[in-house]
Amino acid sequence: MMDSDFHTQSRASQNPRSHGINMNHLDRDSGVLNLNDERTCIDVRHMNLFYGDKQALFDVTMKIPQQRVTAFIGPSGCGKSTLLRSFNRMNDLVDGCRIQGEVNLDDQNIYAKGVDVAELRRRVGMVFQKPNPFPKSIYENVAYGLRIQGISKKRLLDETVEWALRSAALWDEVKDRLNESALGMSGGQQQRLVIARSIAVRPEVLLLDEPASALDPISTLKIEELIHELKSQFTIVIVTHNMQQAARVSDYTAFMYMGKLIEFGNTDRLFTNPLEKQTEDYITGRYG
Amino acid sequence: MRISMKDWVQSGSPWVWLNAGAVAISVIMVVGLLALIAVRGLAHFWPSDVVMTEVASVDGRPPLTLIGELVDQESVPASQLRSAGIKVPEGVEFADRWLIKVGNRQAFGSDFKWVLDQHMGPKRYPAHLLVMERREWGNFYGYLIGLKEKGRLIGEQPVGKNDLWPELERRIQRAVEIYDQIEQIEKVEIGAINYQIEQLRLKQKRLKLNDELTAEALDQLNAQRQTLKQRYETLQQQRNQLYQQLNRDSMIGQLSDGQQVEVKLGQVVRAYQPNAMGVGEKVSFYVQKIWEFLSDDPREANTEGGIFPAIYGTVLMVLLMSVLVTPFGVIAAVYLREYAKQGFITRLIRIAVNNLAGVPSIVYGVFGLGFFVYFLGGAIDTAFFPEAAPSPVFGTGGLMWASLTLALLTLPVVIVATEEGLSRIPRSVREGSLALGATKAETLWRVVLPMASPAMMTGLILAVARAAGEVAPLMLVGVVKLAPSLPLDGNAPFLHLDRKFMHLGFHIYDVGFQSPNVEAARPLVYATALLLVIVIGLLNVAAIAIRNRLREKYKALES
Repeated sequence: MMDSDFHTQSRASQNPRSHGINMNHLDRDSGVLNLNDERTCIDVRHMNLFYGDKQALFDVTMKIPQQRVTAFIGPSGCGKSTLLRSFNRMNDLVDGCRIQGEVNLDDQNIYAKGVDVAELRRRVGMVFQKPNPFPKSIYENVAYGLRIQGISKKRLLDETVEWALRSAALWDEVKDRLNESALGMSGGQQQRLVIARSIAVRPEVLLLDEPASALDPISTLKIEELIHELKSQFTIVIVTHNMQQAARVSDYTAFMYMGKLIEFGNTDRLFTNPLEKQTEDYITGRYG
Repeated sequence: MRISMKDWVQSGSPWVWLNAGAVAISVIMVVGLLALIAVRGLAHFWPSDVVMTEVASVDGRPPLTLIGELVDQESVPASQLRSAGIKVPEGVEFADRWLIKVGNRQAFGSDFKWVLDQHMGPKRYPAHLLVMERREWGNFYGYLIGLKEKGRLIGEQPVGKNDLWPELERRIQRAVEIYDQIEQIEKVEIGAINYQIEQLRLKQKRLKLNDELTAEALDQLNAQRQTLKQRYETLQQQRNQLYQQLNRDSMIGQLSDGQQVEVKLGQVVRAYQPNAMGVGEKVSFYVQKIWEFLSDDPREANTEGGIFPAIYGTVLMVLLMSVLVTPFGVIAAVYLREYAKQGFITRLIRIAVNNLAGVPSIVYGVFGLGFFVYFLGGAIDTAFFPEAAPSPVFGTGGLMWASLTLALLTLPVVIVATEEGLSRIPRSVREGSLALGATKAETLWRVVLPMASPAMMTGLILAVARAAGEVAPLMLVGVVKLAPSLPLDGNAPFLHLDRKFMHLGFHIYDVGFQSPNVEAARPLVYATALLLVIVIGLLNVAAIAIRNRLREKYKALES
C-alpha cells in the first residue's frame, strides 16, 4: 500500500527501476484508473529548469498519460505553471531560461536540436489563465490557427470552426454572431472561445493554465464540463490552485512544492490517502 | 469659520487652483490667438462701405478729396507728430489717424494713405461710388461716367447718376466669361500641348544620346510635333479672337481728384457699389470672396485673389509625407522593439532617435538640399534624365524631396509612438498566437501590428501636425512663391514629384514679409494663417477619426 503510486525524490531514487516505472498498482482490483496501465503521452525525464541563476524546477520526472486529465496542484510559486509551459516550450520566450533533461512527446525530445517549435505548439495547444481572444471576429479567432497553417478553403474552415465551437460547447450561443468581435463576449464565453481556438488545430495535448481562475462559478462549471467532454479526444493537463476543481475534473493529480514533484497519482487516492506528509498538509489546508 | 493658511495649503486646494489657472490661461491664449487671426483675416473679405471725404489744406498743400475704404485707425502721440512738423492743437496728447485704401495705383502711386482725423472733413457715403477689382493696378474707386465699345462712346452719365450701372454689370459679366475661356485655353489646353511638345523634345534628345535616332523615329517625332503644332495654332487663333472680344469694352471713370480714366473691362474681376448694397447682398458678396480666396490662383504678387495652389501643395505634400514616413517608422520601431537584442546599442539608437526629434528643422532643410536634392537628385538626373540636361529634373527642389525631408523630420515621432504602442500589446495575446503554432513574424503581422495600429496613427497625427506647419526646411527643398502648375494634374504621369509647389506656411511668409504692398497683404496674412490652422486641424481630425475607428476595432483587452 505505502509503496504504491509514484513519489519522486527519495523514494524514486531508492527504487532500482527509475522514472516512473516503479509505479505500483494502488487499487489493483477495484477497476480504478491506474498510472501503470496508461499509455504515456508526455514523458518528462530528470528535468531541471533555471531562470537565470535561480532554479525553478528540480529533477522532475513524470509520465503524463494519454487521453486523461492530469492536474497539477500546489501552492503559488511551486513551479506548476512553469512545468506546464515547458511542455510546449513557452518558456523559450522568457529571457535567461535554461532547461536540462528531456521532455519526450511520442518518444521525441522536444528540446532536441532542430525541433520546429511552431510545429510543436501546433501539437501541444495551450489555454491561459486570462481569456486572450484576438481583437478579431469570433470566426476569425477560431480560424486563426488554420489560417496560420495556410488553410484558406472556405468550406474546410467553416467545417472546422463549427466543429471546434461545438466541441467547446459554444456553437449554440454564437452561431448567429460569428462575425462579431470576440471582445464583446463574456469572460466565460471568451475562455471557451480560446479553448475552441486551441482545439481547432487538432492538437494532441491541451495544456490549461488555471483556465477558470478568472471566471465566475457558472462559467467555471461550464469549463469543467467541457474538460470532461474533451478528454476523450485530447490529453489534457490542467494547472489549478483550486483543489476541489482538481478533484472534480482530473483523473490523475500531481502535487508540486518548491519546484519539486512531490507526489503523482490517481486523483481519488491522492486526495483521500496521500502518501507524503507535504501532500497531506497541503490538501488539508495547513499551508499554501 | 476661519481656516488657517497652513490648513488651506495642506488641503491641496492651492494646487488645484494653480492647475486650473494654468489650464485656463492656456485655453484663453489659444482661443484668443485663433479669434485674432479669424477676425482680422475674415474681415478682409467684407465689402465695407466706401467713404468720400475732404482733406483740408495742410502746410500749403491744396485740399484734396479722398475716396476709399477706411482700413485702420490708430492713435499717435501728439509729440511725435509735432516733431514731424505737423501742427497739433495744444493740450492734445494723442491724435487719431486713419488708414484709407484709395486704390487706383496707376494714378496715385500707392494704394493707401494715412490721414489725421483732425484734417478730415465729414465722411460721406454716396450711394453710387463704384469699386472695381482689377487684375492689375489694384482697386478702382470712383464714379462711373461713361461706357465705350470698340473705342466708341455708347453711354454717358454725370456723377451722381446710375443709369449705366446695369449695362456695366452686364458687360463685365460677359468679359469675365470670355476671360475664363481664355484661362481654360491657356492653362489647360495649351499647357497640355506645351507639355507634350516638351516630352517629344526630350524623347528626341534621349534617342540621340542613345544613338537610336533613326530616320523613321525622327519622322514619327516630327509628325507628332506637326499635329501638336497644328492644334496649337488653332487654339492660338481661338485665343486671339477671344482676346479681341475681351478688350472690346471699356468704361470711363472719374477719380476722387476729378481726373478721368479709361479702364478696359477685360481687366476687371468684379465691380460693386458697396454703399448701395443691402446686408443680404453683402453677405452673398462675402461668401463669393471667400470662395474666390479658397479656389482661385493668386494675383498681383500674391496680394489679391486666392491661394488654392498653396492649399493644394500643402495637403499633397503632407499626404505624401505620411505615405513615406509610416512604413519607415513602423519598420524601424518593430525592429527596435521586437527583434533587436535590448542592450547598449539599442539604447544608444533610441537616444539618437529621440535627439533627432530635437534637431532644428532648418538643419533638415540643409541636409535635404545637400543629400536629397544635390546628391540623390543629381545622381538620378545623370542616370535617368540625361536628355533634360542642363536643366535639372530631380536635381532641384521639388515635391518629392520636400516630402522626404519632412518624412525624415517626423520619423522620430512615428518611431517613438509605434514603439510605445507595441510595448502596450498584452503579452497574453502574443502568447495566445504563439501557442497556436504561429511564428513570431506571423504573430507580429496578424495580431500585434493591427493592435498597434492606433498607436501608429497617433504617431502619424503628431507627424502631420508638425510637418504641415513646417516652413523653414521647405524653403530649401522645393517650395516657391508662385508655382506655374500644380504638382498633380491631368498630364501623364499625373503626379509630378519633381515639380516645385506652393505652401501655405511659406505663403504667409512671402505675403507678409516679401510683398511689395505690405498694407494690402496684411489681412491676407491673417486669412492665410487661419486657413493653415484649419487645414492642419482638418488633417488631424481625419487622422484622429481613423485612429478612433481602429481603436474601436482593436479595443485593448484588459491586461
